[in-house]
Order: sequence, then C-alpha cells, then structure tokens
Amino acid sequence: MDRVADRLSALGSTAALELRGVTRMFGALAALTDITITVRPGERRAVLGSNGAGKTTLFNCVTGDFLPTSGTIRFFGEDITAFPPYERIRRGLRRTYQISALFLGLSVRDNVYLACRGVSRARFSMLRPSANDALMQAAERLIEAVHLTAVRDQMVSELAHGQQRQLEIALALAGAPRFILFDEPAAGLSPTERRELVEILTSLPPHIGYIIIEHDMDVALRVVESVTMMHNGRIFKEGAPHEIESDPEVQELYLGGGHE
Amino acid sequence: MSLIQEAQARDGGLTSRGAAARPAAWSVTEQPWAWAVAVLLLIMPIIANGFFLIEIFGTTLILGTIALSLMFLAGYGGMVSLMQLTIAGFAGYMVAVFGVSGNANISLGWPWWLATPMALVLAVLFGTLGGALAVRTEGIYTIMITLAIGAAFYYFTNQNWAIFNGHTGINTIATPHFLGIDWRMDVAFYYLTLAVAALCYFAVLYLSRAPFGLALQGVRDNPRRMAALGFNVNAHRIAAYAFAALIAGMGGVLQVWNYRQISPGSVAVERCIDILIVAVVGGITRPVGPYIGAFIFVILRTFALDFLVKVGLDGNRFRLLIGLGFLAIVFWSSDGVIGLYERWRKRGERGEARTRPGGHGHG
Repeated sequence: MDRVADRLSALGSTAALELRGVTRMFGALAALTDITITVRPGERRAVLGSNGAGKTTLFNCVTGDFLPTSGTIRFFGEDITAFPPYERIRRGLRRTYQISALFLGLSVRDNVYLACRGVSRARFSMLRPSANDALMQAAERLIEAVHLTAVRDQMVSELAHGQQRQLEIALALAGAPRFILFDEPAAGLSPTERRELVEILTSLPPHIGYIIIEHDMDVALRVVESVTMMHNGRIFKEGAPHEIESDPEVQELYLGGGHE
Repeated sequence: MSLIQEAQARDGGLTSRGAAARPAAWSVTEQPWAWAVAVLLLIMPIIANGFFLIEIFGTTLILGTIALSLMFLAGYGGMVSLMQLTIAGFAGYMVAVFGVSGNANISLGWPWWLATPMALVLAVLFGTLGGALAVRTEGIYTIMITLAIGAAFYYFTNQNWAIFNGHTGINTIATPHFLGIDWRMDVAFYYLTLAVAALCYFAVLYLSRAPFGLALQGVRDNPRRMAALGFNVNAHRIAAYAFAALIAGMGGVLQVWNYRQISPGSVAVERCIDILIVAVVGGITRPVGPYIGAFIFVILRTFALDFLVKVGLDGNRFRLLIGLGFLAIVFWSSDGVIGLYERWRKRGERGEARTRPGGHGHG
C-alpha cells in the first residue's frame, strides 16, 4: 500500500468509524455484503434489522472478533482492519455484548477494575493496587454511574439480570472511550430499567459516539440521531429516526413483520 | 476441562451463599486455625523425627509446591497443564548438569549459587516455550499438548546420554553448604522446603488479587471479553505459564536436593499425572489445596503399602487406594478436600443463624 497516500487520507478523514466494502463470508454464506458506513465522531446511530440481518456480525468485524473477508475498517482515520481486538480497544473502541460477557467468578468491583486496567498501562502488574489507586477510584466512579454501588462487593454470578446488564455497560465505559458499540443493551430489562438505560445513554459526554443495536424502538429511536437499516447482510436504508419510522418499505420489512 | 469449570461453578455457588463475597483469597488471617497449622509447621522438627520430617512433611511441601504451579494455572487461568512436573524435573536435571554430581563427565561443576539460578531461568524458559505452544489450544487440547511435552521429555531423557545420561540418570548430586550449615541435614532441609513453600504459597495468594492475577481470572472466565477490554489474552496466558514454571522449578530444585539423584523415572508420565491428582484431590480453587492434596497423597503412598499387606493384599496396590480416593473426591466434591471443608463450614454457619439474604442460586 502507498503509505503516504494512506497517511494523507487519514488526515483528511474526520470519521470516527469508516467501513468500506466490508464483506464477511461464513463458508458460502455471506453474513455481510459490501457494507459501507461512515459515522462522525460523537454521532449516535442505531442499526436495525431482523434477526440474521448481520448486525452482530458487523460489530464482531469492527471489534476484530472476526476479520472481514474483504473491505477496510478505519477508526479515527487509522486502518484497523487487521488489528487484534485489544489493539482496537486500546485506541478507544468499546463494545457491549447481547448476552452479558462478564467475569462471573469475580466481584463487581474486580470486573470494573479489570476494565479500567485493560485500557491503561501495567496490565501485567504484580503489585496489588492501594486503596487510593487512581484506577480503583475510576472503577468506583463507574460503579456509581451505573447504580451498582450497593452490590459492588458481590460476585457477578449473584447479580440480577438487570444489574448484569448495567455492569455490561460499565465495562464499556472504562478508560477514555471514543466510540462504543452497544449490542442490545435493553435485552431483558424491565420498563424502569429501560428508562435508566436511556438516561445513561443520553447522559454520555457528547464526544462519545456510539452505534446501538436495539429491537426496542422506544429505546433505540430516543437515543440516536441516525438509523441504518440492515437486511440479509446488506444496508437497506439510512436516515433520520423519523424518516425510517415512517418509511413504508421499512414498515413492511421490519416494524410490521410481526417477529422481532 | 469440564472438571475445572464445574469446580469454578461450584465455587461461585458456594460464595453466593456467603453473606459477603469472599474472593479466592484464603489468607492466614481469615482462618484462625491456620495460625495453629503455621505454628505446628514451624515447630515440627521438635515433634517429628527425621523420617517423618523429610519423608512426610518435606516431601509434602515439595510435591505441594509443584502442584501449586498447576493450581495457579488451572484455578486462576483455567489452563490444565500436565507438564508442571516435567518443568520441575527439568530444573532438577539442570541443577545436576550445571552443578556438581557423581557424573563428572556431564556436570559442569558450577557452585550451587550459580547452578540454581541458572536451572530456574532455564525452567522458566522451558515453561514459557511450552506455554506458548499450549495457549494456542483450549480445554482438552491444552491437556493433550502439555502431556505430549511431558512424554516427549521423558523419552528424551531416556535416550539422551550426552546431557541427561540416559536411563541411569545423574547421581550423588551435591547439595548446598552455606552459612556453615549443610542444608541437606534433616532439620535445615525441612526449614528450607518450608521457607520455599511458604514463599510460593504467599506469592500466589498475593498475586491472585494483583492486576496480573485478576486479569488471569478474567481470562479464565471470559477470554473473549478480556480481549474486548484491551488485554492481550495469549500474552497473559504465556506470562502465567512463565510464573508457574518458576514455582515448579523451585519445587524441582528442592526435589533433586532431597533425593540427590535424578533419572527419567522422576519425570515419567505417571509422575506428571500424580501432580494433577494431588492438585485436584486438594482442590484447585485455593492455593492451600495442593498442599492438602500432597499431604494426603504422601500419607497414602507411605502407609498404604503397610496397610494393604496387613489386610492381606499386595502392597504394590497402594495406587488402587489413591485411585479410589481420587474417584471418591471427584465424585463428591469437584473442588477437592477444600470444597468439602467449605461446604461443611457453610452448613455449620447456616445451622447457627439463618440470616442468609436469599440467593441460593445454583450449585
């Protein structure tokens, strides 16, 4: 590749996340076909689509769990297509999982502390943190932000589902995130917990952009400024929430489809 | 692997019954009787004679330390390595090769204070390389590849005469003399093993709550999420293998000083599996487990023979007893003797005061 051209295009690019022609094959099955998306820094976008539309595969390609079969992914101008997941995370990318991916054998505090440690230095430190350790305090603040202070010493396996979902979000907020991928954060939450979730999402600092996969339209359309509709691994439509909501084709395909 | 995961799940289930979460740190201060054990171990030379002191307690501490390295990998890292005894044996061989022994054509004759660090460095290198291979696999394949390394090393020592002196091994290995003490004398050697075992035990305990140890437990619980938090999971696993190799290597150095000889029989595949049995019987969820397992193992190995002969069976069947004990433990308590004790204690607590805030969960 022409490295000078690469660097120049990086300078000109202001996108937080830029996918160009991303395709992901599983054998003969195309889970993603020619996905091209540009998300500005601080932009909040929903990705909608029925099950099997390729939404989670899209997330997995962006975080590096799978490498795309073809296409490029840029994160704040840098080509991260072939980076291992941890290198992407260290650059400010975060994600949450549709099915909570927590450390069940550790306490809430240790879970959040690990998240803070993962994006800082001295990940291999063999010294125990002191009580006034900066990362430990950052972890405490995060625990407070997601309303888990009361259960911070409990094992994660003991938490209620809603609390685990809140912890899932806390792990993604550790360090200095620049862009977050939320994979169905409202899954299985009660109406009250959903309101708290919306509050957490809307109160994020404005420079933090995100993409949210969410089936609950009440949640999804209230916390985003743009929507991408996916269908069968392709981008089907893009627009503002009200445009997508009133689009007859979308209603036919998704909202009126009957199934989630 | 499922055994380990089950043990973890059981462990989680246990703690969920506790009022406050008790992370995997079983420090001396939390257990009043642990002080009694500590004092007992310190004054042991007054109570026990040479045979008991070395053959029972010294051997237990050495075996426990080697098994501790497996506990560290399996309990905190979810990686069952069957090559921990091989690493210990390798360190023992290196002490013999670099130090002084009866085989002058092989041994380089370095003083012990040079040969021992050299042996430990090489053992860590061995463990790191083996770990680098093993971390590319998961679960049962980790067991297979580490067993393969152990078996390969066994056959290599059998056939290599230039360094390992083939199946005869290396004999009359010199033991250290310093501060005017012959450290192979019973009491001195006992205190040496006790000091090394204590050092390793407290190091593992300390590390379990340090970022490195916490991250290892994170890798055990969910490697994919660890990567999504910015951790290089494989690098962490390899570092864990390196640390475990240091512990196993220290056990191996003590082992060779204890027997003053080493041969392929010391690194045979059965010995590798013994370490797994010791760790699992004791319990791989806590650092104290391997030492309890080692004690049971040594007692059985030493006395089962006499016992079997007394009841009219072949004395060589002592492995049958160990095997039955192993089956019983795994059947009733997947987290070993430690797990049995914890359940018994929890039951006692529940009997006294039924103030558990619900949440029985699974397990």
